Amino acid sequence: MAAKLKIKNLTKIFGPSPAEALKRLRAGESKATIFEATGNTVGVNSASFDVEQGQIFVVMGLSGSGKSTLVRMLNGLIKPTGGSIHIDGEDIAACSPATLRRVRREKVAMVFQHFALFPHMSVIDNAAYGLKIKGVAPDERRERAQAALDQVGLSAHAESKPSDLSGGMQQRVGLARGLATDPEVLLMDEPFGALDPLIRRDVQDELLRLQKTLKKTIIFITHDLNEALLLGDRIAIMKDGEVVQIGTAQDIVSQPANDYVAAFVADIDRGRVFTAETVAVEPAVLQLDGDTAGDAVRTMEEQNRGAVYVLDGEQIAGVVTYQQAAAADRESGTSDVPIAEVMITDYPSADPGTQLVDLYGHASTGLPIAVTDADNKLVGVVEPEAVFAQLSGDPAQDEAPPAPLADDAAQPAAAR
Amino acid sequence: MRPSDFLVIPFDEWINIFVRGWLVPNFRPFFRAVQVPITQVLNGLDAVLAFVPMLAITAIFAALAFKYVGRGMAIFTIVGFFFIDMIGLWPETMTTLSMIITAVLFCCVIGIPLGIVAARSDLVWKFARPMLDVMQTIPSFVYLVPIVMLFGVGMAPGIIATIIFALPPIVRLTNLGIRNVRADLVEAAEAFGSTPLQMLFDLQLPLAMRTIMAGLNQTLMLALSMVVIAALIGGGGLGLVVNTGLGRLDVGGATAGGVGIVILAIVLDRITQGLGEQSKVKTVSLRQTLISMFRPGANAPAETGKVAP
Repeated sequence: MAAKLKIKNLTKIFGPSPAEALKRLRAGESKATIFEATGNTVGVNSASFDVEQGQIFVVMGLSGSGKSTLVRMLNGLIKPTGGSIHIDGEDIAACSPATLRRVRREKVAMVFQHFALFPHMSVIDNAAYGLKIKGVAPDERRERAQAALDQVGLSAHAESKPSDLSGGMQQRVGLARGLATDPEVLLMDEPFGALDPLIRRDVQDELLRLQKTLKKTIIFITHDLNEALLLGDRIAIMKDGEVVQIGTAQDIVSQPANDYVAAFVADIDRGRVFTAETVAVEPAVLQLDGDTAGDAVRTMEEQNRGAVYVLDGEQIAGVVTYQQAAAADRESGTSDVPIAEVMITDYPSADPGTQLVDLYGHASTGLPIAVTDADNKLVGVVEPEAVFAQLSGDPAQDEAPPAPLADDAAQPAAAR
Repeated sequence: MRPSDFLVIPFDEWINIFVRGWLVPNFRPFFRAVQVPITQVLNGLDAVLAFVPMLAITAIFAALAFKYVGRGMAIFTIVGFFFIDMIGLWPETMTTLSMIITAVLFCCVIGIPLGIVAARSDLVWKFARPMLDVMQTIPSFVYLVPIVMLFGVGMAPGIIATIIFALPPIVRLTNLGIRNVRADLVEAAEAFGSTPLQMLFDLQLPLAMRTIMAGLNQTLMLALSMVVIAALIGGGGLGLVVNTGLGRLDVGGATAGGVGIVILAIVLDRITQGLGEQSKVKTVSLRQTLISMFRPGANAPAETGKVAP
């Protein structure tokens, strides 16, 4: 996939003499010395990253980290001091006001933190605003705005005033306004920051659902790491105007680039970041036809496992635990017990993409969890210990102490 | 010892030389031309108001008062206008009304665009602000003299003096209203690629309308307060009645003129205030306006959450 957005050395300096400060910054002086010497504040310092077509790219940072400035440079609301922004090869940082207006009308829409809906217009007129600015005829404008409202589930409120809607609904209008012009890039500046936690969860899911069909390129700003991890295909973490790490949610949680990121990810719900895939191992398997309880015991002893899966051809038939296989083997004396007799057919299974948080229930059965692909073929198994080891933040450790595990597992479950 | 022992500034002489020696001889034709549109509008209005029967005008004002303010104001309008007619001042009141409407009209034509420009540019506002301060604080008698020299005597010069005096509020409040439009809304409009003109008409003017209407109300009131002074340089109407009463020590005549001005002021003030309140509401179609004019209950209280008093 081609990079939709290419951002290179993007820098913004606020103050009386940005050019001088930029020179000093490029020479390697720190933000603090530049501020003391020139009175200029470095808002964003040499941010560089690419965003692929159809990706959600999350920029995460605390207030004052420069993330809002960064996103406003991407559509020229704030003029960059240095660096370049290429959208489809067109440099936004160095184009005329007319070109900038065309880009804003055709390509890049924005959704705002405090919704920024126009209070004197009805919901549908708000949604149609971008189209009106583009000069779309009234009938078509209305039709497309109505379609955008349908997408966010607000078509019934088309004639209401924004002030009559709840916060969550208002932001859906904001989203509809952004989507109505069918932009290629959607900039979202902390869109859910002003919403209550429960409603936020709702609209986050809504956004993910929409994104599945729309496949927009989205730059999403947030100060909430959990939100970043939930939504972001890739995440950039900003601190003091600098991008300190870029990567997938799992990269950032498993390999924080520095102490700052590490401190951030320390408190996050790892169960929502990692998927079954990340903790799955190669399965040890037996065949339903031919293998016996004795074979099962031997396999498990050799591979140091508590249970093995039994396949009937390609399909999973069930799972055999060490206790049952060993007991059957002992009781029967020398004669081999067919494996079907000791097999448990009610086995836990999950998709590779299942979040660990959804594996807690399965893991508590003590059986390894079968990871299956779309054709219900066994592609791996997840040992219950591995789930908890990943949650405790130390996947290298084979067996985590039981007490914190129980806490870890109980908290998010209770929070839900 | 004082500064004047060393230096005496002939300030009054300078002004005399500037106005009499330079401004009047060089620009008199220009200023004469300026007053042509004012005279035209005034004469047109005056002719209309003189032509329309007294009862019809009263009915129109009562209907407006009823729509924008309420039943009480409508009754006051009818009683007040009847009283003016019965004390024999109806023609003078109509002359004053046409003068005021003309002055306010030109204040809007000049003041609203000026306010818009001032809101867009800090530099313009930096220059406009002290000028507006001067216009509002300088005693109007001071500029009556140059106005007479440049424009002569008559209704139009009286209106020009009124415009100078009444212009500042509408400029100030247009500027204020536009500057007070929430920054995030302006940013949003910009993010969707609005041109400055689209931003002005789609967003800034509608949202500033309430403030601009307050400015209009203030301008109207200031214009009314200039009626008597404008009469000194040839403006007719109720101001002339008051001035004549003053000259003849005719306390009755002066009071009658004054009462006429007060009644007119109250009616115009309440109606324009009501207009300002109204503009918060979404624009209503002509049909809805007509319906709500004849049905008090339909005066959109459900939409505004406000009930007309």
